Amino acid sequence: MLRAYTLAFLVFLYAPIALLPIFAFNSGTVIAFPLDGFTTRWFSAVFSNRELHAALGNSLFVAVLSAVLSVLLGLAAARANIRYRFRGKTAAMGLIMIPLVLPEIIVATSLLVVIVRFLNLPLSLWSLIAAHVLICVPFAVAILNASFQALDPALEEAAIDLGETRASTFRRVTLPLVMPGIVASLLISFTISLDEFIIAFFLTGSDVTLPVYIWSLLRFPKQLPIIMALGTLLVLASVLILTIAEWMRRRGLARAGKNDSGGFL
Amino acid sequence: MQQDTKRGLTLIAPPLGYAVALLAVPLIAIVIFSFWTQDYLTIDRTLSLRNYREALTDPIYGAIMLRSLGISGSVTLITVMLAFPVAYFVSFRVPPAHKSLWLFLITIPFWTSYLLRIFLWKVILGYNGVVNSVLTGIGLIDEPLSWILYNANAVVITLSHAFAPFAILPIFVALEKIDRSLLEASRDLGENAMTTFLRVTLPLAAPGVVAALLIVFIPTVGDYVTPAQVGGAGGTMIANVIQAQFRDLNNAPLGAALSVLAMLIVTVLALGTIWIARRLSGGRD
Repeated sequence: MLRAYTLAFLVFLYAPIALLPIFAFNSGTVIAFPLDGFTTRWFSAVFSNRELHAALGNSLFVAVLSAVLSVLLGLAAARANIRYRFRGKTAAMGLIMIPLVLPEIIVATSLLVVIVRFLNLPLSLWSLIAAHVLICVPFAVAILNASFQALDPALEEAAIDLGETRASTFRRVTLPLVMPGIVASLLISFTISLDEFIIAFFLTGSDVTLPVYIWSLLRFPKQLPIIMALGTLLVLASVLILTIAEWMRRRGLARAGKNDSGGFL
Repeated sequence: MQQDTKRGLTLIAPPLGYAVALLAVPLIAIVIFSFWTQDYLTIDRTLSLRNYREALTDPIYGAIMLRSLGISGSVTLITVMLAFPVAYFVSFRVPPAHKSLWLFLITIPFWTSYLLRIFLWKVILGYNGVVNSVLTGIGLIDEPLSWILYNANAVVITLSHAFAPFAILPIFVALEKIDRSLLEASRDLGENAMTTFLRVTLPLAAPGVVAALLIVFIPTVGDYVTPAQVGGAGGTMIANVIQAQFRDLNNAPLGAALSVLAMLIVTVLALGTIWIARRLSGGRD
């Protein structure tokens, strides 16, 4: 019974996403049943829409930079958290992890106030990158904590005893062992940034990201089938990215000889 | 040891500095800003309680804040109750080798196209939507149901769906930590499956349940997209009002005051939940 319930729950979870391809290939312009006929017209529209490509370009720029910066900061935080003891560590880690539970509207409004009202700076993709790094770092730390936890400190000590410097030990022993965690957290941060809407809605100026662009289209019924096609492609891309991330995460745990104890969080 | 402390502090400095500069400082800034006032096109920088007076006395803000808390409260209870059996199944019934695959399947929808998932609920719940087509198709109802879209119910359904994985993961982690020999011991000592669950499993899973309650409640109070898409006029939540003050109504300081109030209320409720949970568990946590 429990199994049937869980399977029903999975159906519930996937129901909305399952509708995406159905309407993406439906020739009718109204997103409702009954369906009309089969078409690939909406996909051609996705590939020929200039504004959409510009928004996608902005999104990719923001997501790549946010992911790289988040993981660099996440590496430092996770390493400090697992490897060293110092006063105030709990408070420091608490502050770094807070964005995980802070409503995003608070992050969005407070950064908007600082940038526009206190610093008098124009909004740009850089303000969005700054905000996305803030919300991605906790996810990177959560994944990298597990990677550093799985790392046997004896391996690093052995390297140092055998004459490696601290820097070369990190590069030649530590880094390869946590590399799967690094890749997994890069991909997760990338996915979060790519999909994030509300902060982008507040913090982008004239250059919009893909979710902000999609939001602006949702008001126009004529554009909806194109959004369904775009959504289908986005879901396929994120499933691919997440599968790679999960595979890397598991490989990392296997390499460190640890049992897998759960998912990303 | 001294050396280690120094290295740890050096490492934590960049991420901590970042969080201070982009989180702590902006939060202080928005609090200061909420005491300024909008004077037509300019901002009057003298500190004043005017925004707070307006936010607390105008009944519309109170009503929307209460509605946001009510909707989030319902979403939290529904999500956690629906999630518990799933987490229990994955932790206790699925063979260890397959657990991460199940978790992966559960978390995938959560990472993809937030906006479109919310939008598609409109398609599911709409007048000509999936639910109504199926129900009229099998003859269960004659007229399409209209109470399932553009109101608070629709917001509750949609948010419960969006935050389901958030609730499952902390409960799963808590269940995984339970020493299985305790359950055997309970059975050996004459408890049946039901009483073992109620007297051993459930209390030990409590920290995960509390974490799930908080991790769903806190972000949902501030959700903007769902009420804007499926809420209609009767499903407006506090984030929609904050956004309107910042953008269309051009009274950003009042929007800031509402943000600060929302943050305070959520923090107090979250700390209250943790406090009650600790009291219930006898202060052992």
